[in-house]
Amino acid sequence: MTDVTPYIVLSAILFTIGCVGVLTRRNAIVVFMCIELMLNSCNLALVAFAKQHGNLDGQIAAFFVMVVAAAEVVVGLAIIMTIFRTRRSASVDDASLLKY
Amino acid sequence: MTAFWILAPIMVIAALGILFVRKAVHAALLLAVVMISIAVLYAVLEAPFLFAVQIIVYTGAILMLFLFVVMLVGVDASDSVVETIRGQRVLAVLAGLGLGVVLAVGLSQITLGTVVGLENANEGGNVEALANILFSRYVFAFETTSALLITAAVGAMVLAHRERLTPKARQPETAAQRMRDYAEHGKHPGPLPSPGVYARHNAVDTPALLPDGSPAPTSVSRVLTARGTVRSAPAFADDIEDVKAALAGPDGGASSGGDQSAGSGYNTENPSTSAETRESTPGGEEPEVSR
Repeated sequence: MTDVTPYIVLSAILFTIGCVGVLTRRNAIVVFMCIELMLNSCNLALVAFAKQHGNLDGQIAAFFVMVVAAAEVVVGLAIIMTIFRTRRSASVDDASLLKY
Repeated sequence: MTAFWILAPIMVIAALGILFVRKAVHAALLLAVVMISIAVLYAVLEAPFLFAVQIIVYTGAILMLFLFVVMLVGVDASDSVVETIRGQRVLAVLAGLGLGVVLAVGLSQITLGTVVGLENANEGGNVEALANILFSRYVFAFETTSALLITAAVGAMVLAHRERLTPKARQPETAAQRMRDYAEHGKHPGPLPSPGVYARHNAVDTPALLPDGSPAPTSVSRVLTARGTVRSAPAFADDIEDVKAALAGPDGGASSGGDQSAGSGYNTENPSTSAETRESTPGGEEPEVSR
């Protein structure tokens, strides 16, 4: 039986890359894509652990993560569209009215 | 494991590409690569249902939504290189490295033991087994997701909806506004000039030339200008000299019939008059008239 450790390591690498992307990128859409990357890497770890432990609860959890991610993307992209419509910019640095 | 060792480097490279590409569309395509690779890994990990759902929901629905929004937000969405917070990028990379080190240390300290595998759990089909769990133990969570999805749909509609505060401008109002602009600011009331209406090129990315030889900036789309794909007009102005020289030559259309010669006669007249205009008015009244 194959080991699932490489999958967990890959998941950790992808999560780290997504995290750095959220911190460095300015474009709100790309930041959102990096969040999706992090969610996907978590899903990969969940599915790998489901295989490790031999029950399907991990796959169910990944399925629920997908549902929540779909809902989150819909609302998040609508918010980005609204901000772009009012401010003509998709940069996360421009939306700073609540800063002070 | 072969699929894993082929796909893992591709996924890491594509994910790193998301960090470094400048355009949001390229980031979306790289994310599609990562997501499809993850779907294949699901298939390897004995999760065929999640393999299908990953491709349908993520690559099919969510990424298409991303691409739609990228198209709506437009070409100005490329990232800026200017750091608004000083040292933010360095600190972010350091924080990411710290997270990676923490994850690596944590992973090195665990032993997963022998893999049980999903043969027993997947007996009688993965989809059936998932359905058994989903509709027994997780049925309340499953029903709650319906409320979540409806909330998301309603929220997206509310956010995307725009209330009309002013009455819609119909054709009489538009015409009156155009004439008012003409009277107050001198803005040309007619349509904008069409692109590239001169001798050799009539593509949309070549600007039209004004009678003094300068390109008309309003003749090309604003989007093309923002992308930087507009061709340079002075090179084509030289082309026009070429064309004029060729038309002024005596061998215009001798081999063809009378129609052709008549057409070439018209063409030889026209550039000469425009050349005279150019010489007589070096950037004077002529551009104002044609604007």
